[in-house]
Amino acid sequence: MATWRMGTSRPADDTTSRSNPELSHRVRSLVFLPAVSAVTRPAVSANGLVPSLEICGLHKSFGPLEVLKGVDLKVAHSELVFVLGPSGSGKSTMLRCCNRLEEPDFGEIFIEGDLITGRGVNLNAIRQRIGMVFQAFNLYPHLSARKNVTLALRKVRGMRWDESNAHAMEALDQVGLADKAESYPSELSGGQQQRVAIARALALEPQVMLFDEPTSALDPELVGDVLEVMRNMKAAGMTMLVVSHEMNFAREAADRVIFMDQGQIVEQGLPAEVFGFPRHERTRAFLSRVKGM
Amino acid sequence: MDRIVDQFFNLEIMVAAWPTVLQGLGMTVLICLAVIPMGLGGGLLAALGSTARRHWIRWPVVVFVDFFRAIPPLVLLIFVYAGLPFAGIRLSPFAAVVIAFFLNNSAYYGEIFRAGIQSVGFGQTEAARSTGLSAIQTLTHVILPQAVRNVLPDLLSNTIEVIKLTSLASVVSLAEMLYSADMARSVTYNASPIVLAAGVYLVLLWPLVRLVSRFGRGLAT
Ligand SMILES: Nc1ncnc2c1ncn2[C@@H]1O[C@H](COP(=O)(O)OP(=O)(O)OP(=O)(O)O)[C@@H](O)[C@H]1O
Ligand SMILES: [Mg+2]
Repeated sequence: MATWRMGTSRPADDTTSRSNPELSHRVRSLVFLPAVSAVTRPAVSANGLVPSLEICGLHKSFGPLEVLKGVDLKVAHSELVFVLGPSGSGKSTMLRCCNRLEEPDFGEIFIEGDLITGRGVNLNAIRQRIGMVFQAFNLYPHLSARKNVTLALRKVRGMRWDESNAHAMEALDQVGLADKAESYPSELSGGQQQRVAIARALALEPQVMLFDEPTSALDPELVGDVLEVMRNMKAAGMTMLVVSHEMNFAREAADRVIFMDQGQIVEQGLPAEVFGFPRHERTRAFLSRVKGM
Repeated sequence: MDRIVDQFFNLEIMVAAWPTVLQGLGMTVLICLAVIPMGLGGGLLAALGSTARRHWIRWPVVVFVDFFRAIPPLVLLIFVYAGLPFAGIRLSPFAAVVIAFFLNNSAYYGEIFRAGIQSVGFGQTEAARSTGLSAIQTLTHVILPQAVRNVLPDLLSNTIEVIKLTSLASVVSLAEMLYSADMARSVTYNASPIVLAAGVYLVLLWPLVRLVSRFGRGLAT
């Protein structure tokens, strides 16, 4: 297990790492190599930049239940990575480890090259750099939409009242809800609530956005608005890691699709590859099950 | 009939007893002003302790709360005032009342706050922490406002209970309203001062009782 603890230093002159991580991922999944961590770091992506999000050898157990069994994942700048997999495969747990809502047992996670796991990390500082959107929205019901957004701006960012308001209005405008700024969550539809939740995360100007089934709690006719907002975010260059069941959205908007099962990334590739020509038996079984629904 | 009016509703005696009763009311208010904020504060701490994740914080607090909820407040008060001197701790009636009520109220308010905190879903904490709010900021800006709102009727009805219980202070000769009225009774040999005090309690508490009922779910403990 010690190997996953290693490699926290990131020597800049490591030339072996200057390969294309997309490619190496693809190669790795082609030959079904077990995910090996601490090999290709510090990873540098195709455009020569450090990945926005990098997960290395992530392990997490709840008691005897091993939920994540060594997950490696790099998300390049402005990339939208779509995660799917059966219930209980560890998708949420992986996401929650990325902003330390869940404490990883082993492994490292980097945001823009900065190690965010381990001791001595300022959690409240790094969490501003990682936005998270929850299935259940989790808006503060006692605050208006605008105040849902301004709370962290004022308390975490230390913005003044007027500054935070201007910032919040901008974020609400981005999700198309500037006119609902003074509404309380109970006065908003599910889709609107989720968009306010996105604005709340967006207002902190995160470097990565995590979405955990953002549309699963919504009525079908409200899903489109939320996906539209996510599409716009992608167009604006946001780095996004999205757990969802919206296959059509994945086909059209995702740069890469990850299939997770039993705590591991089983397969990944372009949406057309994974959906059209799943290589792994488990992926095939899952996709046919989902299509059958 | 005249006898009843003369014994219980004697205006002349009520007027004569009024300054004494009023003075007692002043002391009752003073006790409330000391005891209610302290109880709310202690209750909040007790609630935080009894919802703590670390068990070595949680279980002593749970024992504290259970203990002081089980002890009758009158027993507690007499113990603090008349029992502790045997251990060399001699307290003024006022101090004894404040300490006894602080312990009792903290336990009761604590249970109410705990229910309130637990009524707020964990998703709220996660959402707040995910935006970088600290644990304390999450508590003060996200959890507590919702928790208090959820248990406001219970907080209010417990406060009514506390105000009524201040009359227990009469047993340690603290000259609050009941004690004063009873003094007036023994001097005038007439029950009217007691009726007067009861009337003052009624006038003060009735609006609060109505308010609790307005909330839709009254809880009298
Ligand atoms: N806090 C926890 N304590 C104990 N077990 C947990 C905890 N959180 C998750 N688990 C377990 O870990 C496993 C993976 O959970 P996770 O939520 O990551 O799955 P998921 O892939 O997101 O599934 P779903 O599609 O149902 O959301 C499940 O078996 C779950 O019961
Ligand atoms: Mg999940």
